[in-house]
Amino acid sequence: MTHASPNLPAAWLMRLGDNSLILGHRMSEWVSCAPTLEEDIALSNLGLDLIGQTRALYTRACELEAAGRTEDMLAYRRPEEEFRNLLLVEQPNGNFAETMARHLIFSAYMLPLYEALKGSSDADVAGIATRSANEMAYHLRHSAEWMIRLGDGTGESHARAQEALDDLWAYVPELFETDDLDRAVAASGFGVDPAGLRGAFDATISEVLKRATLKRPADRHGIRGGRKGVHSEHLGHMLATMQHLQRAYPDAVW
Amino acid sequence: MAVPAPAPDDAASRARAAAARVTDPEVPVLTIADLGILHGVEIDEAGVVRVTILPTYSGCPAMGVIALGIETELARDGFDKVAVRLSQTPAWSTAMMSDAAREKLRAYGISPPERASGKRALFEASADVTCPRCGSAETERLSEFGSTACKALWRCRRCREPFDHFKCV
Repeated sequence: MTHASPNLPAAWLMRLGDNSLILGHRMSEWVSCAPTLEEDIALSNLGLDLIGQTRALYTRACELEAAGRTEDMLAYRRPEEEFRNLLLVEQPNGNFAETMARHLIFSAYMLPLYEALKGSSDADVAGIATRSANEMAYHLRHSAEWMIRLGDGTGESHARAQEALDDLWAYVPELFETDDLDRAVAASGFGVDPAGLRGAFDATISEVLKRATLKRPADRHGIRGGRKGVHSEHLGHMLATMQHLQRAYPDAVW
Repeated sequence: MAVPAPAPDDAASRARAAAARVTDPEVPVLTIADLGILHGVEIDEAGVVRVTILPTYSGCPAMGVIALGIETELARDGFDKVAVRLSQTPAWSTAMMSDAAREKLRAYGISPPERASGKRALFEASADVTCPRCGSAETERLSEFGSTACKALWRCRRCREPFDHFKCV
């Protein structure tokens, strides 16, 4: 398997950045359509954080790669199979419960990842991880509070929250799979092996689901492929929108 | 009569003072020095003023305007060659905000960030946030996300005024 970059630390950072870019774009799709004005502001704020984190990760990746690529080239000039994000983050927004369930899973995973990445041997990466961990803490709080409100709410909101969780649980195993790239960067002290995050993730999810009166879905074999560049049909449609301007008018600037 | 060129240190401190005048476009009562965003100001051998700033919230859209403000203020004081760089390290946090800055925020009507940094556990009660108008600690959070990336929306239960709270990270 070839990686997003021949430089392994850069390839690993690109994978992290792909997660936050794709989910950040998904969040931006809620702008002007969220259930309330406060939530519209909240979702766009979460999206902004994710896109901001992406910019820092891509920029550092490009510096390490030293091949003349820039953050914009990574975001706007790569085809679907060069994106190495988790399948979870490219799933459509669906209803509000689906967006919140997806964000709960993502933030319960990313918070311990960034906490561990604060110890990176790369000072810039450690700095990015420190700020991103602070942000993921309130992403987790926001999505957890909503899942509790929905789960412990009406019959309808409970049913939708449970259904969202059951559907998205198929994408959870991919979060904790380790490949040669994870092993290489973890061994060098640059990155983090996601397999070690499962305990923290499970503890957070259990606490939230208990308060939400929701059932933890049974673990399944799961659906995977995004980290190898094999995506669901949804990513291509999303990129067509996200990349349209730079594809139609390359190098367009404000 | 020729005026002797100022010592390089003098020029660096004048450059720093100019950069320190730049205010945050979203919280105009605070300068970037108050906020802890202005990290380093040096003049290199080629005479270029090299300014290092620390990004705050990853999603803060104000960094571009702040960089432009730095170039403008330096140009006003005669520094034409300026390079502004964002540094990821040290990682910015609200702990870098000075006491004077916190007081300015309160006087402006924004409750300053809690001191204990935002590491409260997932379901722990919010740390003390007092009303910037009447000083009451009987406050409640309306929304964790407010008018800008750095603010949350709160309400005072005593004087009933809504207010912005500077998020603690």
